[in-house]
Amino acid sequence: MKINKIIVSFISAAVILLSTSVASFAKVVGDKIVLGAAISLTGKYSSNGVHTQNGYNMAVDRINSMGGVKVGGKTYKFDIIYYDDESNPKRAAQLAERLISQDGVEFMLGPYSSGLTKAIAPVTEKYGVPMVEANGASRSLFTKGYKYLFAVLAPANLYLDVAIDLAVEKNNGKGVTVAMAFEQDAFSQDVRLGVLDAIKRTGSKKVIDDKLPKELNDMAATLVKVKQMKPDVLVVSGHTKGALTAIRQISEMKVDVPMLAMTHCDAAKLSKQHGKNSQYALCASQWHKTLTYKDDFFKDGMTYDADFTKEFGYAPPYQAAESSAALLVFKDAFERANSFDQKKVRDALAATNMQTFYGNIKFAEGGQNVDKPMVLFQVMCDDGGKCENKVVAPTKWASAKLIHPIPSWSQR
Amino acid sequence: MDFMVFQYPMISVQACLDGILLGILFALIAYGMALQWGVMNIINIAQGDLVILGGYIAYFMYLYGIHPAWGVIVSPIIMFFVGIAIYKLVINKVVDRDLFISILATFGISILFMQLMNFAFGADVVLANSDYGTTMLFNNNVVLPNSKIFSAFISILFAICLVIYMKKSKLGRAIRATAQNARAAKILGVDTEKVYAATFGINAALCGVAGALISITFTIHPYMGLPYTIRSFMIVIVAGLGNLPGVAMSGMGLGVFEEFADYILGTEFRIGSVFLLLVLILVYRRFKLSRKREYLK
Repeated sequence: MKINKIIVSFISAAVILLSTSVASFAKVVGDKIVLGAAISLTGKYSSNGVHTQNGYNMAVDRINSMGGVKVGGKTYKFDIIYYDDESNPKRAAQLAERLISQDGVEFMLGPYSSGLTKAIAPVTEKYGVPMVEANGASRSLFTKGYKYLFAVLAPANLYLDVAIDLAVEKNNGKGVTVAMAFEQDAFSQDVRLGVLDAIKRTGSKKVIDDKLPKELNDMAATLVKVKQMKPDVLVVSGHTKGALTAIRQISEMKVDVPMLAMTHCDAAKLSKQHGKNSQYALCASQWHKTLTYKDDFFKDGMTYDADFTKEFGYAPPYQAAESSAALLVFKDAFERANSFDQKKVRDALAATNMQTFYGNIKFAEGGQNVDKPMVLFQVMCDDGGKCENKVVAPTKWASAKLIHPIPSWSQR
Repeated sequence: MDFMVFQYPMISVQACLDGILLGILFALIAYGMALQWGVMNIINIAQGDLVILGGYIAYFMYLYGIHPAWGVIVSPIIMFFVGIAIYKLVINKVVDRDLFISILATFGISILFMQLMNFAFGADVVLANSDYGTTMLFNNNVVLPNSKIFSAFISILFAICLVIYMKKSKLGRAIRATAQNARAAKILGVDTEKVYAATFGINAALCGVAGALISITFTIHPYMGLPYTIRSFMIVIVAGLGNLPGVAMSGMGLGVFEEFADYILGTEFRIGSVFLLLVLILVYRRFKLSRKREYLK
């Protein structure tokens, strides 16, 4: 009897203790606004997952040290609960569920990659939890009618259409011939759709349209076709693997094209891994440090670049910059809503119209950012073999002049 | 459907040469798999992961300023011991069990290797630059990266060395004897335990060579091993066990078939068409076998 009593009281004590400790995590506690995020800290997205986390942490520290968030006359500080989603969409959805229903989180930050964002969005939508995400660009995220999803980045279909416009401009406004090689995944196929739109719009013509399997690390067949058809532009998108494989095989097979445009150059550390062979490649980027956008917290791109490098020991890729911007958007929305009511914060987010060091942010109906164009940079190397990425389009932000057409391999 | 490949004869030549060079490299990995399958009756799902690990060894040499081609020598030496270690820790416990157990065990090793490599080397896609340049043939109409030619040459060299070793050396004879009949070999004084360990080590060493070559010709990534396992599995299925010329021919044949499928059907059907071919071959084999059975009746 006595032992039973002890056990019962022990269990009830434990339950009470647990429930209070769970409560202490919830949403807004004391002077803390607790955000939740499932991030790929292990698994195949872990490099970019870490960039995302570093971007979030950098912004949290900066906002907290510069006065925090002012709501209802009181000052709050940001705090983030992180879980590792192991780069696995199922796990990400489970963790979102856990963050919301167990940890009581009422506001979420996005994970890394379109695939994982797609897995989490239905969960946040179900619970009406506003989520600001910075690393899911797939167009399909913004056509599902989600009300609580906001993305600070430009959607995937806008990645490379700038390149087609640029090629047409260089061709005196006449249409060009385009060769395309895209991986068969949601993101790359969205990029492809954007390019197809641009081809139609400009009266250009596609001459090659290859879909690369995910396992493939050999593009030789596509490149042989390119040599034969001699298109004006070659467009490649297949994440870092695609970018690295393309440059390796283009240089080995001496493929000459007037313009080569691709995605994921900075994530692939193209200029570092391939040196001069990557020269003249045009790369789509969400952000570049030389852009002249400004805000009160990070000042501008150059300052952000310097501060981030000082803190984390490497130059920030755009994945980090956009993640930092997500926190600035949340801060702005909380202050305008002047409340922690999820609906009010959601409406404030939808009405966002601001400038950050990362770019202008204004959300369309579907939640995508429509006020920030993509930029194209070109890899440029000096005689010593040191390569740098220089913005060449849009012209407003260009820090260097586009080199077009690319000199042939025999002249390099 | 696109018949560009037949309109321009040079593309056919290019496709054949690309396919053959690629096939030779795959055949090397497949030969290791066939060897251990024949000797130990183990299908090694971790084959591709051993390849990638071998690739990382060459990549790290490249990072430290050593030419990655030296990886072709260093990587198999290290991988040989890695293979022996895996054998002593796991494989020796499943070697006499049925095939399903060994598939499960090597599948586990595969997952473990992927995660460990991701943990140790990071999730970035990497490659090692050999700067070997390019060979132009037929008035610059056919281009062959020298790195691919180098890979094929080294693969052939290792295959020949291995064949001679298997024929001439004492261990080679013991391995062949064990493959034919493990029990009889044991009775006649062959230390089968040692033979198994050596076989697994040799297979891992072959994977090491292939990995080093892949880091020079393609790209490596911790999660990229499985396609290599599947590819070598297919080559072995087509060629049969213990048949090196068969493995080489089937490797090259699949390589060429793949390239032509790419040109004619489109890149998206490249891998699918290889699987289709595999199914056709298996059906054909079964058909032939059933005919034989009828005669016996």
